[in-house]
Order: sequence, then C-alpha cells, then structure tokens
Amino acid sequence: MTGDLDFEIVGHTLPYLITGLQYTVQLTLIAALGGILFGTLLAMARLSSMKPLAMLAAGYVNLMRSIPLLLVIFWFYFLLPVIIQSVMGWERPPQIGADRSAYITFIMFEAAYFCEIMRAGIQSIAKGQVGAANALGLNYWQSMRLIVLPQAFRNMLPVLLTQTIILFQDVSLVSLLNVTDFVGAAVKVAQRDSRVVEMYAFVAVVYFVICYCLSILVKQLQQRIAIIR
Amino acid sequence: MNLSIFLEQIPDGDGTWLQSLMSGLGWTLATAFFAWIIAFSVGSAVGVARTTDRRWLVFLGNGYVELFRNVPLLVQFFIWYFVVPGLFLPVKAWVTTLDPTQHQFVTAVVCLGLFTSARIAEQVRSGIQSLPRGQRSAGYALGLSQRQTYRYVLLPMAYRIIIPPLTSELMNLIKNTAVAYSIGLVELFFRTREMGEMTFRYFEAFAAATLVYVVIAMSANRIMALIERRTAVPGYIMGAK
Repeated sequence: MTGDLDFEIVGHTLPYLITGLQYTVQLTLIAALGGILFGTLLAMARLSSMKPLAMLAAGYVNLMRSIPLLLVIFWFYFLLPVIIQSVMGWERPPQIGADRSAYITFIMFEAAYFCEIMRAGIQSIAKGQVGAANALGLNYWQSMRLIVLPQAFRNMLPVLLTQTIILFQDVSLVSLLNVTDFVGAAVKVAQRDSRVVEMYAFVAVVYFVICYCLSILVKQLQQRIAIIR
Repeated sequence: MNLSIFLEQIPDGDGTWLQSLMSGLGWTLATAFFAWIIAFSVGSAVGVARTTDRRWLVFLGNGYVELFRNVPLLVQFFIWYFVVPGLFLPVKAWVTTLDPTQHQFVTAVVCLGLFTSARIAEQVRSGIQSLPRGQRSAGYALGLSQRQTYRYVLLPMAYRIIIPPLTSELMNLIKNTAVAYSIGLVELFFRTREMGEMTFRYFEAFAAATLVYVVIAMSANRIMALIERRTAVPGYIMGAK
C-alpha cells in the first residue's frame, strides 16, 4: 500500500462534487419520468392491433436495446442539433450542450427498457378485465387509463424502480462527453490535483451506498406489494 | 451518406477506415470472449455458493453480487485501471511491464468479466432455486454427495432454464465493451469515434457501428437459441419444440 493518500481532497472539493451529484440526480429523475411516459406509450403501441404501429415500436425498442448506450449518447449529441435545424428550418444547427442533449438521450434510450417492463405489466392483467371494461362502455383510452395501466404500474413498480437505479448508474457515462455529472466532477478534480486514487475510490463508495440503500428499499416495497396481492 | 469514405486511407496510418473499424471489432469480440470466460466461471461458482446451506458462503456470495451491482461500470473501469495499481504496488510493478494496449486489454477483460459475473451469479442462483426442492432431496436420497447432486442433478437443469437470461447477459457484455473506450482500449466504439473526429463523417461512422452492433446482437441471439434447442430436454417447456 502507498502511504501518501490524502482524502482531505474530498472535503475541499465537496461542494463541487455535490453540484455534479445534483445534475446526476436531476437527469435520472427527469429521464425516468419521461422514459416511463414514453415507454408506456411504446408498450401500448407494441401491443396495438395496428400491425404497422406495433412493428414500428418493436423495431425502435429492439434497435435501442441492441446498441451500446455510449453509442446512443454520441448519436444524439451529434444528431440532435442537425435534426432540430432541419425541423425548424434554421440556417445553422443550434448549439446544444452535451449536458442538455443528455436529457433527450436518456428519455429516448430508457423508454425502450421501460417499454418492455410496461409491456409485461400490461400483459399481466387478465384479459377479462379489458372485456369487462368494454362491456361497461369504456373506450380503449378509458379502459387503459382507468383499469389496465394503474394495475400494471403497481405490479411493475419494483421493476421500474430497479431500472431507475440502473439508469442512475448509467448516467455516469455522460462524463465521457465532458459533462460535469458526479463522475465528471470527480474526473476533473482527479486530473487537476492528481488525486486519482482518492477521488475514484470516493465516487465508488458514494455510488455503492446510494444504490445499495435504494435497492433495499425496493426489496421491502416488493415484499409489501406481494403481501397485498 | 457517402460510403466511399470507408475505403479512404487513414491519414498517417496504414489501411482504410473500414479496416480500422474491423480491427476495433476484433478487440471488441476478443474482450467480450475472454471476459465471458471469467464471468461464466466466477459467476457459476458464486451463484452455486449462494444456494448452499453454508451461511458464510451465502453471505460472501451475496456481498460479492451487491458490490458489483451497485457501482456504475464506468467507475469500476476507473477503479481497476487507476485505483488498484495505485493502491497495490505489486500490481503496479506488473502493470508497468505491460505495454499500454496490453494493460487496457487486461483491465477491460478483468473489469467486464467480474462485472458480468455478478449478474450471472444472480441468474445461476435463481435458476437453481427455481427447481423443485424435491430434486435436491432426491439426489441426496440416491446417495449422491452435495458436489455430485449439483453436478448431475441441479446444475444441468438450472443452466438450461437460464439460457434466455444468459443470452441477454452475453449481449449486455458485448455492448458494455464500448465503455472500455474510457480507458483507451481501441475497440469498435473507440475506432468509430476516432473516424468521426478525423473525417467529420460522424453520420457514416456511427451508422456503421450501429449496424455492426445490431448484427452482433442478432447473431448472439441466434447462437444462444441454437444452444437452447440443442440442449432442450424432451418433455420440458424449454427451447422451441
């Protein structure tokens, strides 16, 4: 073991690291909400009786799930300005920082994973319930909103939350685009002060503590839901 | 979209961009292959340990899985690449005898192998626990030792049951090799990024990489489906037919 470790560096740079952690949490929450919303729509599309719509949604989900997240992050980072330019008809592509394009990236990427979870959730609802809803005169959207989705959400809540913990970890990849998320902040400090060992060890411990506690909470929630049913 | 860019020579390098991407693909597959060997053997051992009746083995196995599951892969890469050699001098001494590419490759294989092993351990454990309890008892009743019960009764069925989740772990592993870009391993994503930066043909470069990853994912899927069919036990709902 080397004796010249100096963990005081963590104390000195804590405010900066916390700013990074704030961005990570914010991106996680927004991407989770947006991803669940878009993912649910995708799941409904995949289960739709309209064949082209179902195929389009399935194609999107399978494509997103077969390429690395890192590639998706870079795709959106480079393509988003060009797409906005052509949609809005502007002369030059807008300047979108990597920190902002990441929101769109993670919503679009995670939607594919949330879609598969919600699809399983929707399929876990007995068919008779949809039949009963139709018999009561509810249309498709009403039966989805009032009958199927609330139950699907409740059944899948632990899985949705587990996926959100994975998302929280995956957000760290934006640091490779020089974004100051939690890892990005640590990388910058580590390089500036040559305190690589201390900073990365600290980051690993923080992630472990947060994710481990969250996963225990999810496990408890899962047990409570299981008892109710 | 202009495909001729792939046949253009790399400035101050030998070969075309296509060759550069293919060499990246080679590193990606080599990393995934060796990491899979580590992941499968360590993961199986840890997974089995978690189903034994020895408390301390279960405890250690659970701790192992939680440790690797709750730290982002990127941070694990930094730990293996910077922190481990920084903390342990013998490792540092060994690492300095390697050339940078070897160092990156070994780090990527170890890091991805252990990261994936925790996920495989989880699958192996749930596969064994999904078997009816009677199977273990039947093994013991026949006079098999614990080791023999695992070898001849529990594991052959458990592995067959978990082929679908193992397939997605294999595909995750191949996708995760892209994170090795962070420590500078010249795998497919690194080469893609490099091509984009040097030619400004980001669209072509990323499209090519996307295509390659999709093809890999599809072939991995086919191969595992084939294994599933070949190993299916008649009378059980596994594999097609």
